[in-house]
Amino acid sequence: MNWGWIGSNAGLIGTRVLEHVGLSVPPIILGFLLSIPLGYAASRSKAARSVLLTLGNIAYTIPSLALLVLVPIIVGASILNPANVVIGLTVYAVALMVRASADAFSSVPRDVAGSATAVGFSPAQRFIAVELPLAGPVLLAGVRVVSVSTVSLVSVGALIGVDNLGSFFLDAFQRSFFTEAMVGIVAVLFVAAVFDVIITTVGRVLMPWNRRPSASRRTSRVLTA
Amino acid sequence: MILLQALAFILDGQNWVSGPRILYQLGVTLSISAISVLIVVVIATPIGIAIGHTGRGRGVAILLSNVTRALPTLGLLSILIVLIGVNATPVAIVLVLLGIPPMLAGVYAGIESVNRSTIDAARAMGMTEGQIIGRVEIPLAAPLIVGGLRATTLQIVATTTVASAFAFGGFGLYLIKGLNTADYVQMAAGAILVTALCLLIDGLLAVVQRLVAPRGVPRDGADSASPKPRARASRSRATATVSPLQEGMQS
Repeated sequence: MNWGWIGSNAGLIGTRVLEHVGLSVPPIILGFLLSIPLGYAASRSKAARSVLLTLGNIAYTIPSLALLVLVPIIVGASILNPANVVIGLTVYAVALMVRASADAFSSVPRDVAGSATAVGFSPAQRFIAVELPLAGPVLLAGVRVVSVSTVSLVSVGALIGVDNLGSFFLDAFQRSFFTEAMVGIVAVLFVAAVFDVIITTVGRVLMPWNRRPSASRRTSRVLTA
Repeated sequence: MILLQALAFILDGQNWVSGPRILYQLGVTLSISAISVLIVVVIATPIGIAIGHTGRGRGVAILLSNVTRALPTLGLLSILIVLIGVNATPVAIVLVLLGIPPMLAGVYAGIESVNRSTIDAARAMGMTEGQIIGRVEIPLAAPLIVGGLRATTLQIVATTTVASAFAFGGFGLYLIKGLNTADYVQMAAGAILVTALCLLIDGLLAVVQRLVAPRGVPRDGADSASPKPRARASRSRATATVSPLQEGMQS
C-alpha cells in the first residue's frame, strides 16, 4: 500500500465519491418509486404478476456493460452522457425491486385489506394508510438489496467513460497500481455501507413498529432450532 | 440505424470466421465460463448440501453472498490482475468468487425445502444419512439446485463481458474496442451477442429446471407466492431472495 498516494489524492478521491453517490442515488430512488405501482399491480393479478416478473428476469439477465452501451443507442443520447448509467441502472433496480414489491403487497393479509374497505376506506386511502405501511418492511428489505447492488454496479459505468469510483479500477489496471484499486474497493464498500445505514434509519423512523418483529423472529428461530 | 447495422454485422457469416472472429470470441467466452461454472459446482455443491442437510452454517453463506454482492466486479478484477498479471487466472478467480453465492444458495435452499416428514419417513424406513441425501433430498431439491446453477452461469457469463475491459477475450472485447474507436456498430453488435447468449443460456437452463423436477411432486412454480407450511424451511423462495440480506445485515 502506498499511503502517500492516498493523502496527495484526497481531493480526487472525494470528487470520485461524490460522482459515485450522484450516479447511485437516482436509480435507487427511481427504482423504488417505479416498482411500487408495478409491484402493487403484480400483487393484484396473476397475469400481471407473471408478465412483470418475467420481464424483470429478462432485464436482469442482460449483462450490465451491454445494457449501458445499448441505452444510448436506443434512447438516442450521446455515449458519454452520465444519464445512460442512471437509466441503465434504473432498469436493473426496477427489475430487482418489482419482485420484492410484489411480495411486499402480497404479504398484506387479505382480511386486513377487506376490513379497511368495510370500515369505509376508499381504495386510495386503503393503499396509503393500510397496504403501503404493512408492505413497508418487505419493501425496505428490497431497497437495501437494490442499494448495495446499484452502488457496486455504478463502477461499470467507468468503462463507458462516465467517471466515478470505478475510474480508479481502470487507472489502477493501466498503471499496475495496487493502492488505487484498493482505495476504489474500500470507497465503494464504504458508500454502500453508508447508504445501508441511511436506508435502515429512514425505515426505522417511518416504521417504528418494525423493530419488535425482528426481535421476536429471532427468538422464534431459537425456539424452533 | 445502429441496431440494424449491428444485426447485419452479426448476420454476416464472414464476420464469424475472419475479421472480428465471432466464433472464436464465443469459444473464449464459453470456455472460461464453463471452467468457472465447473469449479463453482465442485466447491459449492457439497458445502450447500452440508448446510441444507444439517441446517448449520447458513449465516456464513448469507454473509458471503452479501459481501460479494457489494464488491465491485471491476475492482476485484483490477486488484487480482495487478497482483497476478493479465491472464486467465485472475479472471477465473473472480468468476468463481462471484459464482459461488448463487449456487450455494440454490443448493442449500433446495435441500432445506424438502419436507421434514419426508426425511423422517426415509429415516424410519432405514435409509442411511447418505441415502437420504442422495435418494431423497437431492432429487426433491433438483429444481432449486438447477435454479442456483442457472443464476451462477448467468452471473459468470455476464461477468466475462466486464473482464474483456482488461484485454481478456470474449464478446465484451467488441464493446470495449467499439467504444475506444467510436465504432458503435461493433459495440452494439457485442452488446446484442452477449445479451442473446445470456438469454439463450437462461432459457436452456430453465428447460432443464423443469425436466429435473421429480414426477408426482406438485411443481413449485417459479413464482409461487404461497409456500405450503413446512416444519423446517420457514421461508418461501420468493422471500428468500430478499431476506438473506435483511437477516445478514440486521443487528
